[in-house]
Parts: sequence; structure tokens; C-alpha cells
Amino acid sequence: MAYRIVHYINQFYAGIGGEEKADITPEIREGIVGPGAAFKAAFGADAEIVATVVCGDSYFASNMDKASAEIVEMIKPYKPDAFIAGPAFNAGRYGTACGGMCEAISKQLGVPVVSGMYPENPGVELYKKSAYIIETPDSAAGMRKAVPAMAKLLLKLLRGEPLGTPAAEGYIERGIRKNKFYDKLAAERCVEMFVAKMKGEPFETEYKMPVFDRVDPQPAVKDMKNAVVALVTSGGICPKGNPDHIEASSASKYGEYDITGVMDLTEEKYCTAHGGYDATYADRDADVVLPVDVLRDMEKEGVFKKLHNKFYTTVGNGTAVASAKRFGAEIADKLVADGVTAVILTST
Amino acid sequence: MRLELHRILVNKLAFGDETGVEGGVLTVNKKELLALISEDERLGKKLDVDLAMPGDSIRIVPVKDVIEPRWKIEGDGQVFPGMISDVETVGEGKTLVLSGAAVVTTGKIVRFQEGIIDMSGPGADYTPYSKTCNVVLLLEPSDPNMDKHDYETACRFAGLKTAAYLARCCAEAAGAGLKADRVEAFEHANIREAMGAHPGLPKVGYLYMLQTQGLLHDTYLYGVDVKKILPTVLSPLEVMDGAIVSGNCVSACDKNSSYVHQNNPVVADMLKRHGKDFNFVTCIVTNENVTLADKRRSSSFATKLAAMLGLDGIVITEEGFGNPDADLIMNCWKAERLGIKTALLTDEYAGQDGASQSLADSCVEGNACVTAGNANEVVVLPPMKKVLGFAEEANVIAGGWQGSLAPDGAITVELQAITGATSELGYTKLGAYTI
Repeated sequence: MAYRIVHYINQFYAGIGGEEKADITPEIREGIVGPGAAFKAAFGADAEIVATVVCGDSYFASNMDKASAEIVEMIKPYKPDAFIAGPAFNAGRYGTACGGMCEAISKQLGVPVVSGMYPENPGVELYKKSAYIIETPDSAAGMRKAVPAMAKLLLKLLRGEPLGTPAAEGYIERGIRKNKFYDKLAAERCVEMFVAKMKGEPFETEYKMPVFDRVDPQPAVKDMKNAVVALVTSGGICPKGNPDHIEASSASKYGEYDITGVMDLTEEKYCTAHGGYDATYADRDADVVLPVDVLRDMEKEGVFKKLHNKFYTTVGNGTAVASAKRFGAEIADKLVADGVTAVILTST
Repeated sequence: MRLELHRILVNKLAFGDETGVEGGVLTVNKKELLALISEDERLGKKLDVDLAMPGDSIRIVPVKDVIEPRWKIEGDGQVFPGMISDVETVGEGKTLVLSGAAVVTTGKIVRFQEGIIDMSGPGADYTPYSKTCNVVLLLEPSDPNMDKHDYETACRFAGLKTAAYLARCCAEAAGAGLKADRVEAFEHANIREAMGAHPGLPKVGYLYMLQTQGLLHDTYLYGVDVKKILPTVLSPLEVMDGAIVSGNCVSACDKNSSYVHQNNPVVADMLKRHGKDFNFVTCIVTNENVTLADKRRSSSFATKLAAMLGLDGIVITEEGFGNPDADLIMNCWKAERLGIKTALLTDEYAGQDGASQSLADSCVEGNACVTAGNANEVVVLPPMKKVLGFAEEANVIAGGWQGSLAPDGAITVELQAITGATSELGYTKLGAYTI
């Protein structure tokens, strides 16, 4: 039986119009529209485009969350096995819409998704981790090249066939690490690479060193007397029993706990969830990681105005940077909303 | 320096009246062994020994350390010097090895930082210790409120004592008639000879990083806590006699067990290539301490030793992840800027989806890097017929989460929780690539 595919295109490729029609709201039509014909030819009997979503680029760009939610609901009744978007070539808003829809469909329906874009399309940087994006030329003149490559990759994904390298498959490197068993021990691979490097022979590193975000430290707090200070930690301090089950490593969440009236973190009421260090001392006296006791003293002495009545905590042990970034951004928003003016971050 | 490893191959375990080995079967006198480990007052009355063979439907959890049974039958010193033996230098003479056997210590020591060994099924593919015949020690503290570091020490010593006991019994039972299945000889030149040897080949070393963050992230060299040392030189042959012992309670996948120190595959491969591709001059051991000053001092000192010895290149292996990534990177760029080429061996924490950066630090000089895989990748371990230890620990160990253990006994965890799965001494074939 042929796989059921839903295709996403914009108003231009649907033949509705150009920029002047870019604000049309999404609609879904049975069967193929526009470039769907080329996909139909490429899929042959293996897959069938059962429906095509058409949406204006401007509408999608101005209403991303709403549009994507609407479109997911439109698609659901068609029970697709996979989703294909574009190709968008170098059209920025179209590329972003294709990427955004691929991400939404992949997350909510859990089916394979493929798009096609020119490497400099802004949609690539935004969504390459969420979808396979076939590298295309920068204009629709590349349609004949893009469509068979997209179709071929999608069919491979549908059949669960192993994929070759990004270059071999023609997609833009997603920057996602996958494990595999090699023929040789890692030790042997390392010494082999070392020998090649010593001899000046070519070698290929197994991991290209990452480039980091650098965050400039905030300027010093000028008016300490009137500061509202909050405590945030990656040392895992939480109420005894770890009620929210923050993981010992690779944390998927952070906790927010009220310390109104708490003068000291006692052994009876607090502990650590952290799995990266011997918890003996932190369990005995959690203040060694989250110094509530000292800050209460300083609050009393008037060193600053107030200790914020909530603290935020997670485990910074093997936790993915993407998770840490999300926790940080959310916690910062909450602190700002609560009028906090200074934060002490403790790590372990 | 010359060391011979006299290997007796073990492919089966059995309990019996006398501890010894015959026809590939290692027989263990359980009563005698229990009496030996219960000499330690820190261990409780409910100690047990069990056996797990490759292919068995057995899950061992939570695993602390794995040790290979060895015993010196000729030469100075004795195995695990400074721990259960005297402090004299080892690495010369003859050492009996029960190849294919291992001692596995288990116990709820540090809640999170122990691992899983499955003897069959998909989990067995990831751990090297599913291929060994394991004498499993189930260890409980005599006092349930005992400090974790005391309990850890007791478990560490029980494991080492057992490994030495098994090999010693085999050596003594055979006496002068001891016949190894295989003898391997290793020679290692002193620095003066090494400097003159193999003209035309680059002089290289191995920078051996040991986990020493403290709070139960400790490694011992001749019994010395390595966080207290300055980097020093060590013959690769000393490592084979157990000069380096793990005292680590870190994530199971990339803690270097005592077993993998004894069988360090980087050392093995460098010895194999010695005289052909390069002139392997020495190992340099260094630590991974937590303070910035310590990191700077140790990386400067270790790379200075490499420069003083006139090395052209070094292989660097890491232990652990996150904080020690900073030590790895400092060692790398400091060596490279001294004109010493490097290749790095590490593992990755790229998130369950593999989409985050894999290391916590980075430098452009690290252009030759091999990894033992992404430790965050999730794997499902189907139920086993028998569990040695405590299956519910899967919910709290590093790499697990509340709900990791399903009612039917299956466990869903990150590879992080599997003992030795992403060994940074490179003892597995796992690796990662970018899609």
C-alpha cells in the first residue's frame, strides 16, 4: 500500500498569487497542487500525496503559533505517514514556514518530515535540527533537482532504511549526533588518528569542536541596599524527597520552591537531587550549596533589601545545553516579572 | 623493565570446595571468599557472592567497580600496590591473569553513581562486562547510616581483595606446575635508552587523565589519592599490575573501572605500534581537580613534563564529563602551543536528541578527537530473569529517571547508566557521527 503524504506549499506555488496574496489563511485541498505533480512522478506507486496545505507566507510569518496549530488540526484527519514541505529554495518566509511546519508535524504527529532549501535560507538555521532539509539551488529553476532528492530521502525514512552521510543523501547537516558501533575500539581509532596526525597524513576528526555562546557578565549591582536577591542553583537542592523528581543527571526540568519564612535549610526538610557528587554534606546541610542561612542574616543586617521568596533549582550534571538554555530563559523571565534585581547562581 | 602476563583463560564459573582454575572453569569457594571480605567491619552480615556468565538472563545493578583477578608470581611488589599490597614499585616480573574473569562489586553506595550490566540482550552489546565471567559481590554496610565514603572504601577493598584472592588461589593451587594458556611479554625502555632508540620515529607519550574531583570522584595511584599529586611519569607496565585503582562513583558509562585501567586499550595499542609508527616513551598521569588553579597547575605541569621529555606528540584520554572537559581542553591547547601534537579521546553529552553541543569546553587545537559515543542516547533494556542487586535503583541512577523501571522489569535509561558503555579509555566500539 502506498504511503500517505501531506504536502505544504505557499500561495505562490499554489498559483493563487504573489506578494499581494501572501496574507491568505491556510486551507487544505485533497490531492496534489502545483509542485505536487513533480512529487507524484517521483514517488511513483510507493507514496501518494493525499492532501496539500496552502498558506500565505505573510499570514504564517505573522501568526506562527496559531497558523501551525490550525494546520496540524487540518492535517490530522488525513492520517499521514509523512509530511513534505516546499521546496522553498531561497525564499526566507516560505522556508521558515516549511521548517516551522516540519517541526510541528514531527513533534505532534511523530511522522518523518522533509523539506528542501538553499543553505542560506534563514529557515535552515532555525529548523535544521528538527527536519531533514535537502540542499537545493537558490531558485525554482532547481525544482527538477530538488524534488527527486526530497522524495528519495522521505521514502528511505518511511522504510526505516539507514541513511548515509549528509553529503551522500544530499541534506544539510543537522548537527545531530547519533551513536553507532564502529569496527574498531575507540582506543584503536584514536591511536590511528594520532599516527595520521603525527605523519602529516589526512584524517577526519570524529567530533568537530563546538563554538560556544559567550555570555557577558552583568555589570556589578550598584544599589545593593535596595536589591531584591534571588537564589538559583544547578546543585540540585530541593525539598526532601525531591517531590518533582528532578533527574540525578540529564535533567529535563527545574524546580521552583517557596522559602517564605525559611531561615535555614535543615536536614529534615531539604536534600539534593544531584547525581554528580557525594551528597553526604549537601544532604546534611543544604545551605552549603544554596546559602539561605547566610542570606537571611545579611537580609536582617540590611546588606540588601530582601531575599526573594522563591528559589529555582536544577541539576547541572550531564544536562543538555539546550535544556539548560531553556531553564535559564524561563527562570530569568519569572525573576524579572517578580521584581528581582540580583541573582546569586551557585553551582557544584 | 620487562613484564610477562601469564594468562589463564576462563570461560566458566562454578562454586566448589576449593578455589582454583582448571579447563577454563574458575571454581570459587564461596564460604572462604565470604569469610575474607567479611573481615572488614564496615561491611554488614548480609554479604553474598553470585556468579553471572555471558549469555545469562541476568541484570547486575547497581554496579560500582569491575576488577580483573591478577596476582604476581614473580618480581617485586604485588598487585594493587598501596591499596591491599605494599607500596613497592610493580610492573616487572610475571603476573598471573585470569583472563575472561572479573570481579563486580555492587551496593547502594552513592544512590546515583552506579551502573547496570546486562549479561544478555541489547544492553549486553553496550557493556564490555557482559563478555566476562563475573564473580559478583553484593555488599551492604554494617551500619545503614554509615558515611558513604566509608562504605565506598569498604567496597573498593572488598573488590580488590577478591580479585587478588582468586588469582592467588589459582597460582598457589598450581604451584610450580602453573601453566598459562598464553604468555605475553612487554618491555619498556628507560628514558636514556628511549631517547636513543628508533631514530627517525617521533617520540610520543600518553597523557592519562584520572578522575579526581573529590567527594567520591577519586582515583588512586599506588594508594595515593591522585587529586593530591602533581602530574608524574609512569611506565605503562605498572598500570598492568594495578598501580591505578578506581574509587569512582561517577556516571557508570564513562568511569574508568579498575578492570579497564589494568587492560588499558590505549596503552595496549601504543605498545603494539611502538617501534613501528612511533617511539612510545612514557605515560604521564595527571588529575582532574575542581578548582581553576588546580586545573591550570596540573595542565601546565603535565604538558611541561611532555616538553621536558622532548615528546613530539601525546594521546590524551579523559575520565568523566562536564567539569573535566575543561582539563582535557587545557591539556590539549597547552601541549599544542608547546609544539606537541595531540589526539583526544572523550565521550559526548549531546542530549537525548543529540542536538546539543557534546562537550562543555572546546579549543581550535582539538582537531583530532575520537569519541566513545553520546551518553545521553536512550536505550530500552528488556526484563531479565534474574536481578543481582536492586532493580529499583534504575529510577535514581545517573541516566535514569522516575519511571525508568517498568512494572514488567524493563528499564528505559540513557546509555549513561550502563557500566563502561562510553569508556573514555576506548574499551568499546561505540562512537558517534553527525547527521
